[in-house]
Formats: sequence, C-alpha cells, structure tokens
Amino acid sequence: MNLAAQINSLLAALILLTAFGLLVQKRMYGLLHIFAWQGLFLSVSTAVVGYAAGTHHLYISSVLTLLLKVILLPYILHVLIQRLQIHKEIETVVNVPTTMLIGIALVIFSYHLTAPIRELSTLVTRSTLAVALATVMIGLLMMITRRHAVTQIIGFLAMENGLFFAATSATYGMPLVVELGVALDILIAAFIFGIFFFHIRTTFDSLDVKQMAKLKEED
Amino acid sequence: MIYPIVIEILQTLILLAAAPAFIGWIRMVKCWFQGRTSPGIFQPYRDIAKLFSKDVVLAENASWIFRFTPYLVFGATVLMAGIIPILSVDLPFSATADVIALVALFAIARFFTALAGMDIGTAFGGMGSSREMTIASLAEPAMLMAIFTVSLVSQSTSLSQMVQVVAHGQFILRPSLAFALLAFILITLAETGRVPVDNPATHLELTMIHEAMILEYSGRHLALIEWAGMMKLFIFAVLGIALFLPWGVAATGVLTGIPAAFLFLIVKLGFIGIVLVLIETGLAKMRIFRVPEFLGSAFLFATLGMLSYFMLE
Repeated sequence: MNLAAQINSLLAALILLTAFGLLVQKRMYGLLHIFAWQGLFLSVSTAVVGYAAGTHHLYISSVLTLLLKVILLPYILHVLIQRLQIHKEIETVVNVPTTMLIGIALVIFSYHLTAPIRELSTLVTRSTLAVALATVMIGLLMMITRRHAVTQIIGFLAMENGLFFAATSATYGMPLVVELGVALDILIAAFIFGIFFFHIRTTFDSLDVKQMAKLKEED
Repeated sequence: MIYPIVIEILQTLILLAAAPAFIGWIRMVKCWFQGRTSPGIFQPYRDIAKLFSKDVVLAENASWIFRFTPYLVFGATVLMAGIIPILSVDLPFSATADVIALVALFAIARFFTALAGMDIGTAFGGMGSSREMTIASLAEPAMLMAIFTVSLVSQSTSLSQMVQVVAHGQFILRPSLAFALLAFILITLAETGRVPVDNPATHLELTMIHEAMILEYSGRHLALIEWAGMMKLFIFAVLGIALFLPWGVAATGVLTGIPAAFLFLIVKLGFIGIVLVLIETGLAKMRIFRVPEFLGSAFLFATLGMLSYFMLE
C-alpha cells in the first residue's frame, strides 16, 4: 500500500468512528460537532483521493464538502436548535450497547456485501467501499433508533456523507455537475427541514416524531 | 544461554522495584496538577514498609482462602514480568506463556480477590466482589479483542513476537492499531480501578469497588495486595508500551541495547503517568450504571480495530 492509500484508510476508519459516535451520542450539540468532524474527514479524504488519482475535480468536491458539511450545515442546524430551544438530552429507542452491537453487525454485513466489488476493482480506494456502505447503513440505523426530528435529519445527512464517500472510493467521484446538484439539494433540504421543524412544533408542541402517530383522538 | 535468564530476573526486579515508584510518580504529578504539595515519589515504598511492620488482624471466621489470596495475587502478578518484554524480547518464558495466558493470570488473581472479599461475610466485601466481577466480565472480552487485533497484525499471540514485528518491522499507518489503543486505554482505566470507573484514593461506601473487596485485610496481607495492585498498573503500562509503543525495546541477543531500553522505558512510563493524570483530573468518576456503556465503547473500539484490519489493511 502506498502512503496515500494508507492515509485514506486511516480517514475511512475515522469516518466509521464518527458514524458510531453519531449513533451513540446523546447530546444535540455533541451530535453537531461529530457531524462536522465527519464532514472534515470526508473532505480531507476526498482531497487525498484526488491527489492520488490525479483527478482534479475532486479538489472542488473537497472544498465544497468543507464549506457545506463542516461549516454551513452545522451552522444552520445550530441556529435551528437555538431557535427551537431544544436543550434536553435525546432519548434513544434501543439502548446504547444494543445499538452498538447492531452497528457492528451492519459493518460486517457491508464488508461481505462489498467483497465481490473489492475483488474486481483496481482503484487504490477499493478497500474503503465497505466503510462507505457501513456509514450509509449506520446513518439509516440512526434514523430508525432516534425519535427526535433534528437527530433524524443528522442521521439523514450522515447517510448522504456515506454515499458521497462511496462515490469517491468506488469510482473516484461522480461527475462534477452531479456533485454540484447533490450539494445544492442538500442545502435546499436543510432549509426545508428547518421550515418543517417549525411546522411540526407548532402542530404537535414537540419535535418527538412519536407524537405524529397520534393523528386521531385517543379513547 | 545464561543471558536470557539474567534478563528475566532483571525484568522481575524492575517490576518489583519500579511499580511503587510509578504510582508515586502518578500521585506526584496529580498533586502538581491540583496545586497540592506532593509527599514525593517514594511515599508508596514507605506505605508498604509501614504495612509490613504491622500485625495482621484476622477475622475469626476467615478461611484459608482469605489468608492464601494475598500471596497468590502477588505471585501471579510477579509471574507476568516474565512474559511481557519490558527491556528485551529475548525471554525464555514467552515461549511457554502467550498473551492469553497473561489475561488468564489477571483472571486468576481477580477470581481469588473476589472470593476473599466474600470469605469474611461482610456486606462491603460481597458488594465489592460483585461489582468487580460485573466490570471484569465486560472488560475482559474487550481486552482480549484489543490484544487479538495486535496479534492479527503480527500474526502471533506471543508478546515477544508481537513486539519484534511492530518495533523492528516496516512502519505502516494502521487504523486497526489506533482503535485497539483507544480500547486498551479505556480497559486499563477500568481494570486498574482508575478514576472514571473507580477511585483508588477513597474508601467511600457507595462508590468503592476494589477497595471494598480488600477492606478486611491488614498488615502484611494488605501490603502484598497493595503492592500487587501497584504492579498491576505498572504491568498494564508496560503491556501498553509493548503492544503499541514498542520502539526502543532491545532485540534478541543484543546486550548493549539493555541500558538504552531502560532509558526508553523510564521516558515512556513518565509520559504515560502524565497522560493518566490528565485523564483522571479531567474526568469525574462516573456512576456505576454508566460503566457498562463505558466498557461497551471499549468493546466497540476493539471490534472496529479488528474489522478495520480486515477491511482496510
């Protein structure tokens, strides 16, 4: 393995670690910080892959990731949390050790799932594909296990991080036009989520999505 | 042929002599950090000497287990010095006992301490034993997992071989070892009863774990157990050095490497002591019901280390 691939592996491991961090972190601001770190690792990893593969449009993706996922999205979510006055800790549906074990099982599952692709691929980044898929699945798991609307959005954004990482590690990134479109979509989505949060709160007096099951009057 | 045996004896002597100094160093740095005057690096020696000169007070219903345990714990702990490459990898014992045997030695010592805690029949002893075993049942799999990750890298469970591969092989950036190190730090804090899990400095009824088990010991028994506890922390420190920072440990058949290895050891231990104090002063003791989460994350790190060995390396 050359040095770039080693650094990329290390960053992949850190991204996986932050994915697990998101899964078990209970505090809202802690979640935002971990999400920002994940974006940073993703951005550096993209730049390293761009350098190793000599595909220079990855530098633009890297800068875009840095601006959007490390600075802008955490800032928007931060403002939202302050406006919505969410202070208390988040409760998880499944308890923490069980969630961790499910997460580990998902990592093993995605390792097996990507094994054939890894055999066929010749890219230096092929080994990180399993981590990318695992990040997507852990993001999905986070959306399932958390009740709070804001946390679910962070899970969704973490899934998007995983997809982006998968694109970089499987094919050295999507075409620039596609990536710009996705980045713009994410940004617009963040604004729409914000509007939704306010609507959910004015309707249900809470951001706990469990409240939405009570559409009918009980008893 | 005589040379490896000399090294074994030297390592055992270092363990016996340096373990109280290591504790003394940690307490001294902690005093500096908290703005207190420290009693000096040699205070643990004085404590042990004082305990040895005192009489043993035994409960009337104490069985042989209670009297036997201090010697067994002490003996098992001293035996570990023969397996871990503290100064050199040239150890005849490492052929007979690998890292799994090392974990088993820890388990024997802990098993008998827990039995002795329950032997007298006081409430505190039983409580301490049950807590200790709860923590041990969670910490031990995580520890084995972390050690196996290093074994995977070096393709061996013999500690000498592991050190040989990591220290004298080619340097590769390995995420698996980073994860294993994180797990190992968390396990060390739990196993040696340091601050986020247990507080070795207090005898507060509700929170003590290790101290509750050995509450009934006195005199030379207590001295042996305290000394063994100090050696346990020392062993975890040198085990961490052997697994993750083995640079400087002398290679096979190089007699001249021993003084350099000794200097490296002192520097590394001093550094580890400072890190330990930073962790202990930065964190508050957690509730006992949070400990499973703490050790669960240690297990997670160890498993991620093992997985990332397969996935990324």
